[in-house]
Amino acid sequence: MELNKDQTVMSEDKKPQDPNPRFACEGCSVLLDVNDGDRLVFARLSGGAILKIGNKNYSLKPLIGAPFGSLFQVETGEDGSFLSRILPIKQDNSSNNVMDDSRDNREIVDNNEAQNLTGEEIEAMRREGAKGDEIIEALIANSKTFDKKFQLSQEKYKLKKQKKYAPKLLLRRPFARSICEAYFKKYPARIGFLRVDALSLLLTMANVTAYSDVLVVDMVGGLVTGAVAERLGGTGYVCNTYKGSSPYPVEMVRMFNFSDKVLERIVQSSINELSSANTASPEGNNQQEGETSSTSDIMVEEISATTEAGVVDIVVPESKVIKAAKAGAKASKETIEMWRENGFSSLIIAAQDQDPWSVAKDVLPLLSYSAPFVIYHQYLQPLATCMHKLQQGKMAINLQITEPWLREYQVLPSRSHPHMQMSSFGGYVLSGIRISTT
Amino acid sequence: MLPTESKKALSFKRYIEDGDLVIVYERHDVMKPVKVSKDAVLQNRFGVYKHSDWIGKPLGTKVFSNKGKFVYLLAPTPELWTLVLSHRTQILYIADISFVVMYLEVVPGCVVLESGTGSGSLSTSLARAVAPTGHVYSFDFHEQRAVSAREDFEKTGISSLVTVEVRDIQGEGFPEKLSGLADSVFLDLPQPWLAVPSAAKMLKQDGVLCSFSPCIEQVQRTCEVLRSDFIEIRTFEVLLRTYEVKEVKMDTSSMVGESHEEDNEGMRPCKRKHRSNEDVTVSQDNSSNATSVVMARPCSEARGYIAWRTVNSTPELFSDESLPAEAKDKQGLDYKRKMDDGLWTFVDMASGRYLWRNLKEMREKSQ
Repeated sequence: MELNKDQTVMSEDKKPQDPNPRFACEGCSVLLDVNDGDRLVFARLSGGAILKIGNKNYSLKPLIGAPFGSLFQVETGEDGSFLSRILPIKQDNSSNNVMDDSRDNREIVDNNEAQNLTGEEIEAMRREGAKGDEIIEALIANSKTFDKKFQLSQEKYKLKKQKKYAPKLLLRRPFARSICEAYFKKYPARIGFLRVDALSLLLTMANVTAYSDVLVVDMVGGLVTGAVAERLGGTGYVCNTYKGSSPYPVEMVRMFNFSDKVLERIVQSSINELSSANTASPEGNNQQEGETSSTSDIMVEEISATTEAGVVDIVVPESKVIKAAKAGAKASKETIEMWRENGFSSLIIAAQDQDPWSVAKDVLPLLSYSAPFVIYHQYLQPLATCMHKLQQGKMAINLQITEPWLREYQVLPSRSHPHMQMSSFGGYVLSGIRISTT
Repeated sequence: MLPTESKKALSFKRYIEDGDLVIVYERHDVMKPVKVSKDAVLQNRFGVYKHSDWIGKPLGTKVFSNKGKFVYLLAPTPELWTLVLSHRTQILYIADISFVVMYLEVVPGCVVLESGTGSGSLSTSLARAVAPTGHVYSFDFHEQRAVSAREDFEKTGISSLVTVEVRDIQGEGFPEKLSGLADSVFLDLPQPWLAVPSAAKMLKQDGVLCSFSPCIEQVQRTCEVLRSDFIEIRTFEVLLRTYEVKEVKMDTSSMVGESHEEDNEGMRPCKRKHRSNEDVTVSQDNSSNATSVVMARPCSEARGYIAWRTVNSTPELFSDESLPAEAKDKQGLDYKRKMDDGLWTFVDMASGRYLWRNLKEMREKSQ
């Protein structure tokens, strides 16, 4: 608990600078998981931030200072309902052999008369301050059929009622993994159907590590940029490049709890600037400065637009708005000069709506020789075409197209099987190593 | 292999020097790690290559033998290393490795515990993820394997990031001195459930544990033990499907009564979008009505697994070398896979395995 206090005090005068924070401090970004993934909400913690669960609003204040991984439950007190931290219920392993249960559901008749408690009675219990668990117990006691149910059906019944009357909220650390999973679940099109295992392949195959200079073409909202920055840990650079005059939005970078040190390493520069042989004149540089500020404005607009569109339920704090530091400053003249001379050490292209070859032919020459690259696409054919052209042009070796495949399992005593729902598609990845053509 | 300071990053390391470790790339299935030494030579079926010719050349370029044949010299990466390392045990491949690193949430500065070390395939990728300030503590009960792993890490230049110790984690648990320091723990053991209580002690709050098992019965037992100390237990099967890409001539001569244009559409329904703005993909040979089309199809999954087995046991499947596989393994790090038609066949094996993941329960004392 003392550690909690220290963290909270620290957060009052400065933003979290721990590269791997384990506590949710004021002003940081958190991922809230309501009822085991039924609802995923990104929020920025502040005293005034609220979250609506069911038909009630709850202050997120109790979350401040709590370690990530904490579980909260709705409770009712004198001043109304609030979120209270609870310990996870330890599951009893001893009496779990369901196969010995001889009950089944043969006597269950679906006629809506099984429950004796009425809606009004339940509401009255709530008004009197009954805890969610107490309501569930009352529901079970007043159910005519509960005892006749098969053990598994009983568990399902309890779980259903728990979700309604005693919703649980898990405080999760926003990490590339959880952010990708949340978006893939709710808005997969926004991230080009880039599933978490595909994202992990991109980072691995591109050899992203400390002190890398990673060139990215991120048209998936900043997910790749953020994931790369996470692996760089405030070293090297992730440079977001783009065709034309305005960079692609990377608003998802805000969801990560990046320190300023990490954010400084996220920069952007257009393909033209990176490719052009001659250095920019002083006037050109001034012009770039002007662009930088306008770019920032665009970014803010993007974020608010996203909020309105309801992308992953971003909670807007009621009173004090704490803004995360901005990422994506213009790459400095010196760094661009350095990249022109040495080349980038990795390349990741995640450009949905763009033909992979037309992007690759422009950006691949910016890589060092022997540097690995990966191209993500949700369609196979354009990647096949791109791979063929790279082979013909002898621009790369070790080329391969792969498709990740992921299946989740339920593992319980005597009840292990694959999940009913599985994602049958997580995109395709073309990878290779750039070589000298001479 | 991994930069521990900015000056050693790949983008600054463009020219080959005496003493460097390079990957000699013949083909996607024939690679070999070589330590550059100015007086040494490399000999393969294409002739003799003098190392002295390599020094000063940029990485990623061709070098020629006395017979005028070339190979590429590449900078080593954990991925290339996984393909060339000597297999002392069955190793984890890229699909599993990347998934594990992602789910363990390993970032620079993290402390990661691993058991067993095996051939060090995963350790190398974990080291990459924790660099430059983190550390990987790897444990194996097999003395000789630990020694070989240490030698390998020395060779790849990651020994400052990985400590290998001989220890029976199932029997003794992790060393007390690491208690509460680990951000993540990875278990690849025959009876992982025995190591779970110790792993739980090692982890920081909200730390992640991952256990990797080939059999569902192992997963089952481990999950039962995990439930007492961990929350959010998840089990996954991870696979990678590889595609082969070929340029194929297809006969597009029309059926009776159909025009040429319609026929084209019928043959290649998914090519329509590209035909409009690309001209290289589809080249029409008017005289014979044959069209060259670039097409992709999955390589067979079964071959992927056979290919892995051939590395160890079936030398006659290899196209051109006559050494028995075992000798090759000992002699050093020659990686072989079956080739088909000179184009892509199988590139990586990742058989179905199970993986589960936990958030550590908050500790009573933090309450």
